[in-house]
Amino acid sequence: MATSPRDTQLKFEPWNEPGAQPYVQIDRVSKKFGDFVAVDDVSLNIYKKEIFCLLGASGCGKTTLLRMMAGFERPTSGRIFIDGVDMSTLPPYERPVNMMFQSYALFPHMTVEQNVAFGLKQDRIARAEIAKRVADMLELVKLGQFAKRKPHQLSGGQRQRVALARALVKKPKLLLLDEPLAALDKKLREHTQFELINIQETLGVTFIVVTHDQEEAMTLSSRIGVMNHGEIVQVGTPTDIYEYPNSRFVAEFIGSVNMFEGKLVEDEPSYVRIEADDLERPIYVDHGVSSAPGATVWAAIRPEKVLMSREQPAGADNWTRATVQDIAYMGDLSVYLLRLPSGRIVRLTQPNVYRHADERITWDEQVFLHWDPTSPVVVTK
Amino acid sequence: MNLGALKRLGFRGRTLVASVPYLWLVLFFLIPFVIVLKISFSDAQIAMPPYKPLFEWIGDKMVHIKLNFGNYAFLIEDNLYWKAYLNSIYVAGVSTLLCLLIGYPMAYAIARSSTSTRNVLLLLVILPFWTSFLLRVYAWIGLLKNNGLINNALMAIGVIDQPIQMLQTDFAVYVGIVYSYLPFMILPLYANLEKMDLTLLEAAADLGSRPWEAFLKVTLPLSLPGVIAGCLLVFIPAVGEFVIPALLGDPGMLMIGKVLWTEFFNNRDWPVASAVAIALLLFLVIPIMFFQRAQDAESGGGLHR
Repeated sequence: MATSPRDTQLKFEPWNEPGAQPYVQIDRVSKKFGDFVAVDDVSLNIYKKEIFCLLGASGCGKTTLLRMMAGFERPTSGRIFIDGVDMSTLPPYERPVNMMFQSYALFPHMTVEQNVAFGLKQDRIARAEIAKRVADMLELVKLGQFAKRKPHQLSGGQRQRVALARALVKKPKLLLLDEPLAALDKKLREHTQFELINIQETLGVTFIVVTHDQEEAMTLSSRIGVMNHGEIVQVGTPTDIYEYPNSRFVAEFIGSVNMFEGKLVEDEPSYVRIEADDLERPIYVDHGVSSAPGATVWAAIRPEKVLMSREQPAGADNWTRATVQDIAYMGDLSVYLLRLPSGRIVRLTQPNVYRHADERITWDEQVFLHWDPTSPVVVTK
Repeated sequence: MNLGALKRLGFRGRTLVASVPYLWLVLFFLIPFVIVLKISFSDAQIAMPPYKPLFEWIGDKMVHIKLNFGNYAFLIEDNLYWKAYLNSIYVAGVSTLLCLLIGYPMAYAIARSSTSTRNVLLLLVILPFWTSFLLRVYAWIGLLKNNGLINNALMAIGVIDQPIQMLQTDFAVYVGIVYSYLPFMILPLYANLEKMDLTLLEAAADLGSRPWEAFLKVTLPLSLPGVIAGCLLVFIPAVGEFVIPALLGDPGMLMIGKVLWTEFFNNRDWPVASAVAIALLLFLVIPIMFFQRAQDAESGGGLHR
């Protein structure tokens, strides 16, 4: 049996290979609009065939960075290389880069076919070849029978695929996608995410995706660059970003998290102990932290890594008493909000493994919360 | 009457509102049109009114309808009318083209300027309307005549030593028409260009179009409804234009508006004048209506997103 695309995706880690040449190099790029710094001294290496997501809240500079790669904005300082060529002075129409716009920007006066052929006609390619490439591309995005339609006769999902086909038909070295799925409804979005990955793997084009949707970033990307206030705050695989956030910002931005501020009381190479103001017992973490004893640190524990029991856990660390304040039943899982004796609310999620659970912990019950020493992530900023 | 009673009578607020413009058109367009149509089929006579009635009661049982097609036959026989029609269409066509060539860049510049400048520029386009149209055409006489502002200025700086004959030439008529009707070209074009989605131009650039290619392939085709609207707004009134050729043009210049005037006021031949007006309507308005309908059918609303 052939390996599925996801298997090759898992082994695909060019950023860990020594000597691998980055395909897109963003070298200390800044962009100022008047006094406002939209992009602040960003450096990034992106490798061939990656799906790299720039993730951040609106106004964090991710779109500006993307537009600089496309050539719609000039960096105030710094340079952008694609496949070793400096793009800084090239206008958009001379860059080997195509973009899929958030609004899709389909030409309303042209049919699907003409929209897709537009870029090829610009390149003065022979008519027969244009026809073939357009037909192939429409086949790939499953729009063959809609070739003669105009954009206003298509559904949102179909327009999205026309936009993708139009951007991909020129075989760009780099495809930039600005919130590619934002305009689609939730069901279609999930389906399209996987379709997008399949198309990317079929064609082997490098994708850079801008999104504010962490779920989208997690499913699509080989790596994620989290942006905040014009800076890249962390770059890593979806797992890195979720399980090993390097700052409070990243931990809180991706998913939800219970953040405990505390003091480092024991600081050994193999473990640390943190006394948090909101917890009765210290937090014990089974790895070292590069920070001085007595320093203020934050321990982040994901809601699904907080466990709940009616019996008091053994040991002196990593547990606390709590009262169930609220339960939200989501079907696949339940979200518990629990109040600690300090008044602090802790979030916990529990998968609903059994259909009938009479013994399920319920409102106002006194319980004990505990977690594994591997669960907390300690961040120092 | 309360609302329920109105509804029972089949009246809806919407129908009521929609009927106002229809009523207006019936009163001030359809009825006068029928009157003119009626006069065009009658005979001239020296009396008040200066035409014979179409319907004559014979006794009180029979009505005698006399339709005189002679006025229309006369239009075809006498090539003066043909020449006047063709010349009017030619002058209006050239003026429309000039308006388009001047108005498009202006509308484009206004639509692409910043919001604050845009309002000032639009105001400047509309500003001439504060002065009467007639006065503005008169003002051009002062500018164009042999001892007018332009000739005097050119002679003063020594570019010419004889005044150039500008007034009472075709040139003056074109200046007058283009000047007077330019806002009617700019405003619909502006309205169209202003609402264009500029990311379409970015998309074109991204796909390899230089700015002028993007203009030709995206901006221009998308602005066609504005171009057509502007051209019709200039062309239709320019064809029947009377004041501008009368004041600025060569007295011998054949324009259908002037012919109409002469028939009405100099010859007092209302039936022929009416026939001229009806023929103008048939030759111009009806083809334009069909053209617009064809346009709508072709685009199929495709220009709306």
